[in-house]
Amino acid sequence: MTELSGWAFTAVAVLGVLSVAAGIAVFVVDSMARATFALLASFLAVAGVLLALDLVYLAVVTALMMTIEMAVMAVFMIMFMMNPAGLMPMTMVHNAKGSAVIGAATFVVLAVGIWTIDWPTRNPPRPDDSTRQLGEAIMGSHMLVMLVIGISLFATILAGTVLATARGRYDRFGPDLDADRPDDPVPGGFRR
Amino acid sequence: MPEQTLAEAWGLAPAVLGVVAVGLILGLVVAAVDRAVVVGGTVGTVAAPLRDGARLLFEQRRTTLAPDRLLWRLGCAAVPTLALLSLAVVPVGGRTLWSTSADLVWFNAMEALLWAAVWLVGWGPNAVHALTGGYRFLAQGLAYELPLMFALITAGLAAGSLRTTDVVTAQEGLWFVVTMPVAFVVFVASAAAFAFWGPFTAPAGPDIAGGVTSELSGVDRLLVDLGRAVFLGAAAAMATALFLGGDAGPWLPGPVWFLLKTFAVVTALVWVGRRVPVLRPDRTVEIGWMVLVPMTLLQALVVAVLVLNGFYA
Amino acid sequence: MTAELVLQILLTVAVALVGVGLFGALSQQSIVMVMMGLELVLNGVLLAGGAAWYFLTPELPDAQVLVVVALVVMAVEMAMGFAVTVAIYRARQVDMVDMATDLRG
Repeated sequence: MTELSGWAFTAVAVLGVLSVAAGIAVFVVDSMARATFALLASFLAVAGVLLALDLVYLAVVTALMMTIEMAVMAVFMIMFMMNPAGLMPMTMVHNAKGSAVIGAATFVVLAVGIWTIDWPTRNPPRPDDSTRQLGEAIMGSHMLVMLVIGISLFATILAGTVLATARGRYDRFGPDLDADRPDDPVPGGFRR
Repeated sequence: MPEQTLAEAWGLAPAVLGVVAVGLILGLVVAAVDRAVVVGGTVGTVAAPLRDGARLLFEQRRTTLAPDRLLWRLGCAAVPTLALLSLAVVPVGGRTLWSTSADLVWFNAMEALLWAAVWLVGWGPNAVHALTGGYRFLAQGLAYELPLMFALITAGLAAGSLRTTDVVTAQEGLWFVVTMPVAFVVFVASAAAFAFWGPFTAPAGPDIAGGVTSELSGVDRLLVDLGRAVFLGAAAAMATALFLGGDAGPWLPGPVWFLLKTFAVVTALVWVGRRVPVLRPDRTVEIGWMVLVPMTLLQALVVAVLVLNGFYA
Repeated sequence: MTAELVLQILLTVAVALVGVGLFGALSQQSIVMVMMGLELVLNGVLLAGGAAWYFLTPELPDAQVLVVVALVVMAVEMAMGFAVTVAIYRARQVDMVDMATDLRG
């Protein structure tokens, strides 16, 4: 196995603690905006750990995707939650004790496994460039993964749009679908 | 590692200071050019942004009822920080502050983090106009993000690398702007959009009393305005590196060429941007998805075919 | 600090994220908060995948590909979660999991 350098280990340790602390904060803070951005902080801490582990592409792509996701998440949090700013603290939980027991038990079982397994101590060769390794894998030996990812994302776009919109083509173009301009609540850029 | 990074050549602290200085100068250039275009250039044009900045530094903060102080301050501080971090992968004078194998994605990630920062600046003060501005920025972000990603990746595609220094090296024969004009224009326009400046100023528009910036005062306003200017400057520098051959040029030394080209991009951007009316985010989304995404995809296709034919080799 | 110890610490952090996320996903009533719990679980998967790549099989891309898949799972979960939330809210103003128990036996 490869040793981490001193500064990398320090960074990993600090960021690891930060990611868990921010993860706990998600369910502790009252304000929904703060909960969302605590989750973002957790993601960014994990991205920092990945950066220290030489996984540059995965680290920046995690930061990129999760930031946009959390910005959108904040919109939905504020749209759906009763108390977005946490100005009137309230608890919205069910079966908190049982959930805590399940969460803790999962942690203990997995942690016991981690600390009792004999991890291999071989010294494998490292690639010069982890980004190139990943790119060549998903465009070569692991291309099937990429194909499945592409199709599932496309299916997600379609399914998400179908579920989220309440208006179909009859609402837009009239009962006979013969309207020249669709009747949209927001006109859009082409003034159609 | 093909070339030495600035941090390796100078040591970490001087290199960081150097990049911060370049960032501040770029921000000052943007502010001065902007002022010169709007009110005409005089001797005081360069001094005016400095004077405004110094005044804001000493201005007393005003606050609102029940603001989310923590998130507000975080958002304000994040805007200039992200601008400087995005500059860290721009090869000013042939060297970046630090080089990764995914520089282009790094630049994009810093700009994506701006979504969170600007939304927080809007959310923080607990005020309706500011929050409206934050939402407008997200809507605008949905419009420009995908075309911007495709524009960035087109340059990476032609160079066969996501490293900015490799992209500059790949342009020794021909500047990328010749074969990818669409990507260049989309990139520069997106730069104006993520700095919510010029025609994309709707998140901070006068119709909502300044939007995200409406409740900012003192140091906070200085940080956000500075961040926007530095972001514009950093994006112009990135456009120079990705599409205009970086520091290539006859007679003059490389860094001088780089700064001259960046200055030209800034001037063109401000000169055009100040003459276009403000675009509404609900319109930019449709144009972004119906026009710009297909156009940038076609651009990427053309470049991919050229790459396969060995055009860039 | 041996590499094995660092790997074990990192994996422990990852399962701590999984545990906290599981607690959140099971205990929260709001659908959006349940999704945040699931995201936290997947965050742990990202960390574990990265650590496994660095310490166990850096010569193979498989662990990296696994992290990519986890990222995509997050995006899909998020998009479908929001779509379902919007759909059920539009249909009957429900935004809590306790109000959507039609399939309870």
